[in-house]
Amino acid sequence: MSTDLVLLAVLMGAVTYPSRALPLLAPGMHRLPARVQEYLRLVGPAILATLAAVTVMVAIDADRSPSFHVGIEWLAVGACVVLVAARRGLLVGTVVAALIAALARASGLAS
Amino acid sequence: MLDRNAVRASRRRLVIDSLGIIVSGVGFGLVYGLAARSAGFSPIEAGAMSIIVFAGAAQFAAIGYVLGGFSWLGVVLLTAFLNARHVLYSAALAPYVADKSRPYRAVLAHLLTDEAFALSLAHFRRIGRADMWGYWWAAIVGDFIPWNLATIAGVLIGGQIPDPSIYGLDVIFPAAMAGLAVGLVTGRRELVAATSGAAIGVAVGLASDPAAGILAGGLIGPLLGLLTPAGPGGHRHEAQIVFTPTLDDPSREHEPR
Repeated sequence: MSTDLVLLAVLMGAVTYPSRALPLLAPGMHRLPARVQEYLRLVGPAILATLAAVTVMVAIDADRSPSFHVGIEWLAVGACVVLVAARRGLLVGTVVAALIAALARASGLAS
Repeated sequence: MLDRNAVRASRRRLVIDSLGIIVSGVGFGLVYGLAARSAGFSPIEAGAMSIIVFAGAAQFAAIGYVLGGFSWLGVVLLTAFLNARHVLYSAALAPYVADKSRPYRAVLAHLLTDEAFALSLAHFRRIGRADMWGYWWAAIVGDFIPWNLATIAGVLIGGQIPDPSIYGLDVIFPAAMAGLAVGLVTGRRELVAATSGAAIGVAVGLASDPAAGILAGGLIGPLLGLLTPAGPGGHRHEAQIVFTPTLDDPSREHEPR
């Protein structure tokens, strides 16, 4: 059984780990100025919303060229956002989102 | 004073919230395993990627790069670029775990994925402090175990795996990220950070690359949030970060707070 690519995995892990670890291991992160702590507090909502938006709105073709994507994913994710905002819970939101996408695709309304 | 009932309630919510993430992780772990097998990866190689790299987007991309004949240097550099967003996760979580030992933080850093960050940060923000039980649940039970078991199953089961998008599993990840972002919006600043970050992320993603878009949205959105007046209702649901012992130490569970 081939193990050649294990070394590639180690190298990929070696460049991934510092981005995960450096701020966590940096000294004095709990003594940052209030303005910086406030910035870091806002990173959570900003990057999670960005991840969601980029995942459903930016498609990548075989040549890795990005394009704007409009599809049933918008409706599915929007439904989850509305349900969470209405305090129905994340699990209900994600299940409804998956159902919307699955039903639309099964019925031929979406691809 | 920490309300232990509030922590337990938040843990219950964390466990329930993680269920959708687990299903999504299993679905795409299976597809990753199948894709790796199709690209000629052995089970050991595919499994090593999932354990050592533990970053789905970079792993899927690596399959394409290996198939496309990229040099290893190119694959490694692109991996670093794709995973650069983790710096923001790490920085955002750092104040919560500042009282932990360095080796402890070094271990938790390896498991810091999109999903672990989203679930644990939402949990920490609900209770106003770190709760390492919640982090380990999100990172290990919610992500690491499903992803790695599904990877191995995908390599071994192969072609019997249906396309997860048939079941709508592909929308669970963005839906969960968006839903958790909504949960973190407690004032005007968070709303501006989230909406502007998303808009900037899409614009930069379209102009260059999705990974660059995610990084740009995550960096610039909070800046715009900072420039926004907090408003009278800002932070009313949020406690300050408290640097006290966390509930993962059972001996401290009964100490008065």
